Amino acid sequence: MSSVLSSAVRRSSPRATFAWLAGTLALLAILPAYLPTYHVSVLTQILIFGVFAMSIDILAGYAGRTSLGHGAIFGTATYVVLYFVSTSGMPLYFAIPLAVLAATLVAAVFAVLAIRTTGVYFLLLTLALGMIVWGICLRWSVVTGGENGIRGDVRPAVIGDSRSFYYVTLICCTALTYAMVRFINSPFGLTLSGIRDSAGRMRSLGYDVSMHLFIGFVMSGFFAGLAGALYAMFNNFVSPSTVALTQSVTGLLMAIVGGVGTLFGALIGSFVMITLENFVSYYTQRWPTVLGLVFIFTMIFAPAGVLGTIRALRARRGN
Amino acid sequence: MTETILTLDKVAVAFGALRAVDGVSTSVTRGERRALIGPNGAGKTTLFNAITGMYPPTEGRVVFEGEDVTRMPPEKRAARGMARTFQITNLFNQLTVEENMLLALRGLSPRKFSLFGKRDFDADERERADRALDRVRLGGRRDTEVRELSYGEQRQLELALSLVMKPTLLLLDEPAAGLSPTERSIVVEIIRDLPRDLTLVLIEHDMDLVLGLVDNVTCLHEGRILVEAPPAAIAGNKAVQEVYLGKPRHA
Repeated sequence: MSSVLSSAVRRSSPRATFAWLAGTLALLAILPAYLPTYHVSVLTQILIFGVFAMSIDILAGYAGRTSLGHGAIFGTATYVVLYFVSTSGMPLYFAIPLAVLAATLVAAVFAVLAIRTTGVYFLLLTLALGMIVWGICLRWSVVTGGENGIRGDVRPAVIGDSRSFYYVTLICCTALTYAMVRFINSPFGLTLSGIRDSAGRMRSLGYDVSMHLFIGFVMSGFFAGLAGALYAMFNNFVSPSTVALTQSVTGLLMAIVGGVGTLFGALIGSFVMITLENFVSYYTQRWPTVLGLVFIFTMIFAPAGVLGTIRALRARRGN
Repeated sequence: MTETILTLDKVAVAFGALRAVDGVSTSVTRGERRALIGPNGAGKTTLFNAITGMYPPTEGRVVFEGEDVTRMPPEKRAARGMARTFQITNLFNQLTVEENMLLALRGLSPRKFSLFGKRDFDADERERADRALDRVRLGGRRDTEVRELSYGEQRQLELALSLVMKPTLLLLDEPAAGLSPTERSIVVEIIRDLPRDLTLVLIEHDMDLVLGLVDNVTCLHEGRILVEAPPAAIAGNKAVQEVYLGKPRHA
């Protein structure tokens, strides 16, 4: 997918990126003071899904492997938090690490089965694996509550109000974004891009391609799990729709709308999609139709996504 | 002096009923420069793939540095000192020349598993990369993305990626294919200037190019060895001329 990006698109000057980030962060820190509670919680959701979409972009944009199973990984963490906190009264600081561990293990199982495939086979295999998780959540009703899901007051009282929780989310998401930027820019991150461009050459250079894809997938699942655990605190509720295919597709669309292979684009995609959803839902019930149209327009007019297109335009002007 | 580095023992690679390589036995001594010639479809690249482990042989044995590597995956053979270039350029197109070098440098280093560390070269890596890039005359193109390099430069980078691994055996698959005469002479010069202790096996169609570069020539035809001899003997060999040019018609 990232092949649609021209060379200039993925590379922006570090100073400009830093200025943009600092500005955005400052804005995100000030904004809630002037927004009604409802909008603060929309903003919280945007941040959480931004992290989720970035975790998908690690695989789609850098390793060249597009996953449709990440919704299941994300939702596994949400389920685990809600289950243990609401049914067995486990403290949140135990439940969250356990949830992230569970999501990472699910990712590891997905990885073992999917990493030997590429392209459409990878897509379909991760889709099928996600469907299995969805099926389990739907049928294993003793634990998961079946269609009714699990409701629980997960969020601790200290951060019970929307604004406090927003700031906790902002801090977590900033830290996670930083970690993901470090990850894709690390020596290991480079090996993922190498595998995307030529797995055969990587092998002849001495890389165990399967092992690298496995680690990459598990790390991506780890980040998706962290987003899922945050989502449990945000939503205080989980049902099979949290692990459903729609969830994976939504995350992937966010990454695509923002710009695959740009990482930060996923945050922009999350902002665009969630804002649009809230706006559209005000006027009509037909959000899925609008979603489809957004996707089609992106693919036709800006296949490099928002951030990809902006960078391409800037690069052209620079030349 | 005549220590063997690579031995092929009745190596065969079959794709269904087609035996692309059919019982090849030969050995290459350390420091030797060997050419592998033969018409299209003779099995040259398939034999390379059997040696490097891309397609393990269906029969026979490959012994490298005294160790049976027949069933070993390519990445493990690379760790034992085997490097190759590809006939169709096989580079990391969306990455810069430097990033390509980083990947080549770290294939055998534990640093490839650094998940959150800095990507940049350390002093030793920088020096090795510079030396390899200067050797293939790409010193001025470090920050260029591979897909923006000319085809000739991409072939040069192919060589640099293999050289920086400090291999003991280097397999070159048509390093000069598709190049202009000027670019060809650059590549020939680069190959000629490679250290003499590096063992080379070179696939090449152009006989003139081959004959000045190597110590021995193996001519493959229909998956088998037709002739194996020093270049001078190959040039006048009737059998070789026949497979290349077809049988002379009687006047």
